[in-house]
Amino acid sequence: MADKPQGCARVTGSVVGEGPSSAPASPAPETRKETAVTARVGQKAPDFQAPAYFKGGFTNVKLSDYLGKWILLCFYPGDFTFV
Amino acid sequence: MSAVADNYAKLQELGVEVLSVSVDSHFVHKMWNDNELVKMVDGGVPFHMVADQAGNIGRAYGVYDENMGIEMRGRFIIDPDGVVQAMEVLTPPVGRMFAETVRQFHAFQLVRASKGAEATPAGWQPGQPTLKPGPDLVGNVWKVWNPKMEK
Repeated sequence: MADKPQGCARVTGSVVGEGPSSAPASPAPETRKETAVTARVGQKAPDFQAPAYFKGGFTNVKLSDYLGKWILLCFYPGDFTFV
Repeated sequence: MSAVADNYAKLQELGVEVLSVSVDSHFVHKMWNDNELVKMVDGGVPFHMVADQAGNIGRAYGVYDENMGIEMRGRFIIDPDGVVQAMEVLTPPVGRMFAETVRQFHAFQLVRASKGAEATPAGWQPGQPTLKPGPDLVGNVWKVWNPKMEK
């Protein structure tokens, strides 16, 4: 979870195990690929890795690093929205 | 998100780690935290705010709206084995109820600790009786639970 240098490439979250573009700093956002919905109750949560902001620094989060802990994973529409 | 951040201590007591995800960049997350959320939550957001600008994570969890380019309010409870135990997805205008999330963590942790020997009935709250599924309970749930117990 150490701070990583921040380049100018548009980095995004990616599902782990989906080919070369799963590298966190992959600069190829234009290659649009379909990601199948795989989240189901009672099934393994889709693993992912992504850049994150955490207490003043930038980190890279990988869901599977949290195995052994309970996780609350919350999606929301966007920063600076109202609800 | 500020509701979750403000109640983070309750989740920590339950050994729960929080990850929030939106299509905003981690740079925008920083601006939102540092300029607004820090005014609502002492010390700012205490958990990782994940950036999913291409919506890849949201697609995998079925919460990404292709037309709007945003992620619905999706809440997933993932157990220590990495298995999804619960999910709830709302459209953007309606916020979640934090207390229900905490209740579900209590219930799932109890069931896990009992290795499946116990189950929690509708409306169960921590401290209330649980159900012990087995031959003796078949046809006898009425003896230990009724709908009026859910308030």
